[in-house]
Amino acid sequence: MSAHVHKDDTGARFGMWLFLFTELLLFGGLFILYAVYLARYPREFVTAGSQLNVWFGGANTLVLLTSSLLVAVSITTLRRGQVRLTLTLLGGTIACAALFMINKYFEWSAKIGHGLYPGSEHLHEIPPGEAVFFNIYYVTTGLHGIHVIIGALVLAWTMALIKSGRVHADDWIVLENAGLYWHLVDLIWIFIFPLYYLILH
Amino acid sequence: MNETAATAATGRGFFAEGRYPSVFGWIFSTDHKRIGLLYLWCIVTFFGVGVLLGLLIRLELFAPGETIMGAQAYNAVFTLHGVIMIFLFIIPGIPAAFGNLIMPIQVGARDVAFPKLNLLSWWFYIGGAALAVTALFTGGGPPDTGWTFYVPFAAQTTTNVSLAAVAVFILGFSSILTGLNFVVTIHRLRAEGMTWTRLPLFTWSLYATAWIQVLATPVLGITVALLFAERLLGTGLFDPALGGDPIMFQHLFWIYSHPAVYIMVLPAMGVVSDIIPVFARKPAFGYKAIVVSSLAIAFAGSLVWAHHMYTSGMSDVAVMVFSFLTFIVAIPSAIKVFNWLATLYQGSILLDPPLLYALSFILLFTIGGLSGLVLGAAATDVHVHDTYFVVGHFHFVMFGGTGMAFFAAMHYWLPKIYGRMYDKAVATVAWGTIFIGFCILYIAMKVVGVMGMPRRYYDYIPEFTGLNQLATFGSWILGLGLILMFVNLIVGIRKGPPAPANPWGGASLEWQIPSPPPTENFGEDDPVVSHGPYDFKKAGIL
Repeated sequence: MSAHVHKDDTGARFGMWLFLFTELLLFGGLFILYAVYLARYPREFVTAGSQLNVWFGGANTLVLLTSSLLVAVSITTLRRGQVRLTLTLLGGTIACAALFMINKYFEWSAKIGHGLYPGSEHLHEIPPGEAVFFNIYYVTTGLHGIHVIIGALVLAWTMALIKSGRVHADDWIVLENAGLYWHLVDLIWIFIFPLYYLILH
Repeated sequence: MNETAATAATGRGFFAEGRYPSVFGWIFSTDHKRIGLLYLWCIVTFFGVGVLLGLLIRLELFAPGETIMGAQAYNAVFTLHGVIMIFLFIIPGIPAAFGNLIMPIQVGARDVAFPKLNLLSWWFYIGGAALAVTALFTGGGPPDTGWTFYVPFAAQTTTNVSLAAVAVFILGFSSILTGLNFVVTIHRLRAEGMTWTRLPLFTWSLYATAWIQVLATPVLGITVALLFAERLLGTGLFDPALGGDPIMFQHLFWIYSHPAVYIMVLPAMGVVSDIIPVFARKPAFGYKAIVVSSLAIAFAGSLVWAHHMYTSGMSDVAVMVFSFLTFIVAIPSAIKVFNWLATLYQGSILLDPPLLYALSFILLFTIGGLSGLVLGAAATDVHVHDTYFVVGHFHFVMFGGTGMAFFAAMHYWLPKIYGRMYDKAVATVAWGTIFIGFCILYIAMKVVGVMGMPRRYYDYIPEFTGLNQLATFGSWILGLGLILMFVNLIVGIRKGPPAPANPWGGASLEWQIPSPPPTENFGEDDPVVSHGPYDFKKAGIL
């Protein structure tokens, strides 16, 4: 076997962007359902949506925006060769992801405590338009939560690669792609937040 | 490595050395040709299983009433036939198998852009397939919903739909990653001089297909994920009792699954577009028109999904809009057919097996496509919806189209891949048998459908007996033809006479390297392309 090493950063970046499109379309299905059901049950959506806590959502928005800033800065610091600072910044991003999930845990717990969760008795008692709102809320934020966890794992793996020296100042495409994925996680939340927490109040 | 071993290794091309011993040299290989062959033999195996199930369906329908199986078994068998044929054979068939085998060579690359990701795609494919098979024997029995998984039935049935949904999700992932890999490969790894207008039409068709795979498959992912969540957690997004709407499932499902029929047929058109110029010894007529029509089909095909739902309860406006858009798609398809015919016109035609299959593609696809217009027009669709006319229609386009092109691709490229030639006389007989069996089977279906026989029932009224028996006879002839074809190919691969580097006189890059191709195709001597893929004069063929 020849020891030919193929290296194409532009190709890798292109591949990542294509993958991000697929993620957008995955969530796109849920946004379509949201749009259709909002048009069908405008009143019920307002009634149900007003029960979401805008402070929880707002706090999580700030957490995610901060995390995106940290990951963006970390790419610059790695390119400058500041490995230790890069690892600190990425650690901060993962800490933000954890904070987001903890916040989410308390938010969901409160709702579940009120009997509002998929498959609950209570959802069968309230008007169908409100039930469908809560169900789509859980599915969308749940799927997003899974992406937060995946994104944090990808960043942790990237940190390991940086520590072992396989990703460094001259070869940082892995970090850039991991960062792109993290921005996607952030970006989807930027759409979820107004749709579920703001416009229905 | 001593000299004799080196010579022997060269003769065996990419079969010679693997990174790991025995089977591990294959299942952990990142060589696009090895991955392509892994796909090919998995796909052919599943095709065999699918054919067997299809023959069982025909046998059950040989006479009214219960012939060999009851209603529940029949539901499971036709669901399985559909799931296997769609998700494990037709969708990955040409792109994953022949796309992997041939496309990187056609663009002049040593491999795809992301070889490891390519291997991962195959593992997803085989993992998804394993789960689909597991779903048959575990849980509440094999799924009985049909391959479309329509709710509310799919959400309520006690059969093992959940696991099948997970399997489809994973298979979708495999398809997305292959598409992503191909788009990047075609953009980034074309050899020097391989301009966009010098790309072979097969590669162009894969390019258009890959975009659909990337952009449409995620919607299927979320659809089956929601079905899974509905069954597991009761999320109720399609359950009217909880404010959901079952029609929304159909919309989301077809937003993927209609573009998916173009994932199935576009690469087939690419195969035909590559074969016809070679066997007509003429440059492809209307090269650019064929390219543009591929892209136009990929685009317009994404806007027609709801023509599967005329009778599902949509507004009349929606029905008319989708009907109109459906007719639009017929235009680029027809452009291709006319260009193929114009390529053949006044050509110096060699009636070898690959061309015979390609010609039957043109005929059967045209018949299937025209019967598709009967279904695309809302007024006629209301009458034949969910009848055997629909079954006949999509078997004409999918089997008569993509299936025939798949066989054409096997007869065209396997001598390249294995470096051995099959018996052309036997191949011709097998083609004739398949063609005759095909026509008897599916024409009978179309006729009995127009007479009003509904699909998906194990029983029918006695008036339909004659045509059903004719169709079943046809299925036997077709089955015999398929056996003959595969036996001939396998014997050819194992014991056939050596095939030269360019057995058909093609001008695209895959014919410029030895058969079978070396591991890194062109090795260190990356090719420099100076003429188009069908410029037989400059390639020195004519």
